[in-house]
Amino acid sequence: MNDDAEIIQEFLVESHENLDHLDRDLVELERSPGSRELLSSVFRTIHTIKGTSGFLAFHRLESLTHVGENLLSRLRDGKMTMDADVTHVLLSMVDTVRALLEGVERDGLDTDPAVDVDVVVAALQRVLDGEGAAAPDAEAGAPAEESEPAPEPVAESAPEPEPAAVLEPEPAPEPEVIEDRVPLVPAEPEPAPSAPSPPAPSAPAAVAEEPGDGTEKRGVVDSSVRVDIELLDSLVQLVGELVLTRNQILQRAEASDDIELGRAAQRLDLVASELQENVMRTRMQPMAQVWSKMPRIVRDLAHQLGREVELEMEGHDTELDRSLLEALKGPLTHLVRNALDHGLEPRDVRVAAGKSPAGHLHLRAYHESGQVVIEIADDGAGIDPVKIGEAAVSRGVITREAFARMEPREVLDLIFRAGFSTAAAVTNVSGRGVGMDVVRTNIERIGGSVDILSTVGSGTTCRVRIPLTLAIIPALVVAECGERYAIPQANLVELVRLEGQDLRDSVDTLAGAPVLRLRGRLLPLVSLGETLTGLRPETEALTVVVVQADDIRFGLCVAEVHDTQEIVVKPIGRQLKALPVYAGATIMGDGQVALILDVGGIARVRALTPTEFTDTAAVSADVGSQALLVLEVSNGRRAALPLTAVSRLEEFDSSRIERSGSSEVVQYRDGILRLLRLAPAIGLQDTPGEREQISVVVHEENGHRVGIVIDQVLDVVDEAIVATEVGRRSGVLGSAVVQDRVTDLVDLDAVVRPLELIS
Amino acid sequence: MTTATTREVMAPGQQCCTFWVDGLFLGVPVEQVQEVLRYQRMTAVPRAPHAVHGLINLRGQIVTALDLRCRLGLPPRAEGELPANVIVRSRGEVVSLLVDDIGDVITIAGAELQPTPANLPSSIQDVVRGVMPLDGSILLVVDADRAVDVATAPENPAPALTPATAPHTTTGGTP
Repeated sequence: MNDDAEIIQEFLVESHENLDHLDRDLVELERSPGSRELLSSVFRTIHTIKGTSGFLAFHRLESLTHVGENLLSRLRDGKMTMDADVTHVLLSMVDTVRALLEGVERDGLDTDPAVDVDVVVAALQRVLDGEGAAAPDAEAGAPAEESEPAPEPVAESAPEPEPAAVLEPEPAPEPEVIEDRVPLVPAEPEPAPSAPSPPAPSAPAAVAEEPGDGTEKRGVVDSSVRVDIELLDSLVQLVGELVLTRNQILQRAEASDDIELGRAAQRLDLVASELQENVMRTRMQPMAQVWSKMPRIVRDLAHQLGREVELEMEGHDTELDRSLLEALKGPLTHLVRNALDHGLEPRDVRVAAGKSPAGHLHLRAYHESGQVVIEIADDGAGIDPVKIGEAAVSRGVITREAFARMEPREVLDLIFRAGFSTAAAVTNVSGRGVGMDVVRTNIERIGGSVDILSTVGSGTTCRVRIPLTLAIIPALVVAECGERYAIPQANLVELVRLEGQDLRDSVDTLAGAPVLRLRGRLLPLVSLGETLTGLRPETEALTVVVVQADDIRFGLCVAEVHDTQEIVVKPIGRQLKALPVYAGATIMGDGQVALILDVGGIARVRALTPTEFTDTAAVSADVGSQALLVLEVSNGRRAALPLTAVSRLEEFDSSRIERSGSSEVVQYRDGILRLLRLAPAIGLQDTPGEREQISVVVHEENGHRVGIVIDQVLDVVDEAIVATEVGRRSGVLGSAVVQDRVTDLVDLDAVVRPLELIS
Repeated sequence: MTTATTREVMAPGQQCCTFWVDGLFLGVPVEQVQEVLRYQRMTAVPRAPHAVHGLINLRGQIVTALDLRCRLGLPPRAEGELPANVIVRSRGEVVSLLVDDIGDVITIAGAELQPTPANLPSSIQDVVRGVMPLDGSILLVVDADRAVDVATAPENPAPALTPATAPHTTTGGTP
């Protein structure tokens, strides 16, 4: 749907509502002709329609409402009085307006020949002329016909209507001639003062001609209803309750032998899920609400900054919860502003760099795995991590040592740090990021996240991810000290379980603070039990939930991990608001209350700071080295994948492998994961023999997920390697010596690409 | 809110929902009471103020349960004794007061509420609006708003920086 169509749609809905009002008001007015209040309300309605139709170039509609407005303004100013005649004429005007609007709705034009505007205009004019003596200077407004720019009459007539001056628009050719046709108006049913409901089915000549297509699609007005937001909110809440009750019943039904109960529970499950989805959808609004404002913002800014910008927008139809949409407007505008201000270069710089003179700004919104993703991409200068890092060091945000150990991606993340962005000096150097911390805070407040990808010289992409709705979120349920706690999925990074020797090897204590060696990085560990009760539980095994909040990543040690569930977030009482470690509470399937942990709050309570994390991240990584996942395929041959390409490592029972067409697949996270055996893909023999379990590297790109089947994961290395051309072949970039062993460097793109072609 | 010195006449026909806590006979005006429930399973809230005993699920609404013994500074309930819930409404929220035992709803016709005797512990004076001698017992009328106010003692005092630094910023000019 393009913007215009949408504006027209809104105009139609609004106008239809207004017209219904108008019918009531006019009838009411006939009973109490003196009511200025009613007259003003009628005047405003017609005035609004006139203004908008002028703006949308519906000239017939405009000219009709224009005369009507004149008549109304005279009535309002007391120069004329309301009587049955006047009411008739005005009602017929309303009907004609309605007929024209139906034409607009049907074919987007107000030129429906069946609607005779001139007659009604003439009738209006006759009433105006009949009573009002002062109409000689009518020509003043006469040439207004088509060329009259709409906003002007709106602006002028609003404060001080000059009925005489603008009195006569073009269309009344010879009012006298058609005088006898005026009686067409009485086709109107008798306005019965006792029944203020709109004389809806009134059949003015204009509408009567349209009985033809009986199977007409529902009109705009019939197919949508305005609903109070509060009512919607209460529906959402009720559905939340229903979902919880369903969970309880499902749990009971599972434990019971009653087959009927089981079936009923399953139906309930289906219906409740569907209901939940639909109710959530009632609160959904299209991204267009935000996108439609962007062209103007971009145009103004481009002017101001002297940039040439080509704006491209995608995903107007992408819907999300209205409260989220509201909260997003600010941050998105800010990001767009940043892209123009700091991202896109001025024309001459672009030309010198061999780019197109006009910068390209691409706004995109789409759904991905239950989230809305919004991308703001420019093809500007990009952000130089070195400059950012230098600036951060000179500002004292991080130490030079910390900077040296940071990955480029982490360096980019620095621009979200508070205090970093506000410093003018830094902004000058880095060229980006006023208030990026505020952007991130605002987005995180609604449960979202924002990250930045940038390539120096070719552009920057900001990616904002937000949940579809706030009320129901997926969460991991864990247990500690006999109580259950929910950790929002948005904060989860991964789960690590350590036992026996692994535990002793991987966990060290530095000055009393436990840290976990995880793929070469040191991760601060926080015991949930200790955080909550002050006592550190002694265990033989450790379950670590790696969580991330703001800039802080840490491992939360919990006693038990249960499962992932959809939970309904509920507020907690005033007495508990001051506790930073909880974000709210929810009700579990068994009816018990469980608290929702606030990961950021736990970090604050335990005085974890982002700096602390980077300081303890003592890894001997050279800048520029790439972290590699080293694995074994084909009878002990070694291969390596860039760690950045790995989204998860999984083990599946071989029995779970199913076939779809010629591919092997497994069911994975509510979806189907296509499997790809790595060995044949890089020209090696698959290890013979059936295994009970397969190791799978889950790789995700552009929304596609693929499971790469390997024999086993050996290690993660983060060292500078020297790649050679040796062994280069299809699927293999070359080889390198990794940990004293020759290792094939997998060309993941080449390996995965054939699959994408299939799908 | 009234102080203990103000003379207050309970409106004619005023009803009180009564209950016992450690031998004390207490009451809350019925308008403030939503319902009375037997013991409900509770979810503990670590780090919460001492008086917060846990959270209960009241038909989908999450309600904080406050132990009135603790709130009144009385000794804790004996092991194995289950408290009952007096669910009160206070400032738009619903809170459960945990009590030992539920009494009747009694009507106090136009009697005058007397100030809380001065020698009662301050923890009780803090919560009780006034007392009313009845035949054979003395009713302590609880102010539900004050009873549920426990946020005043956060276990984890926030750094008192904000008020302390405020004067400096004003003298230091606008930042």
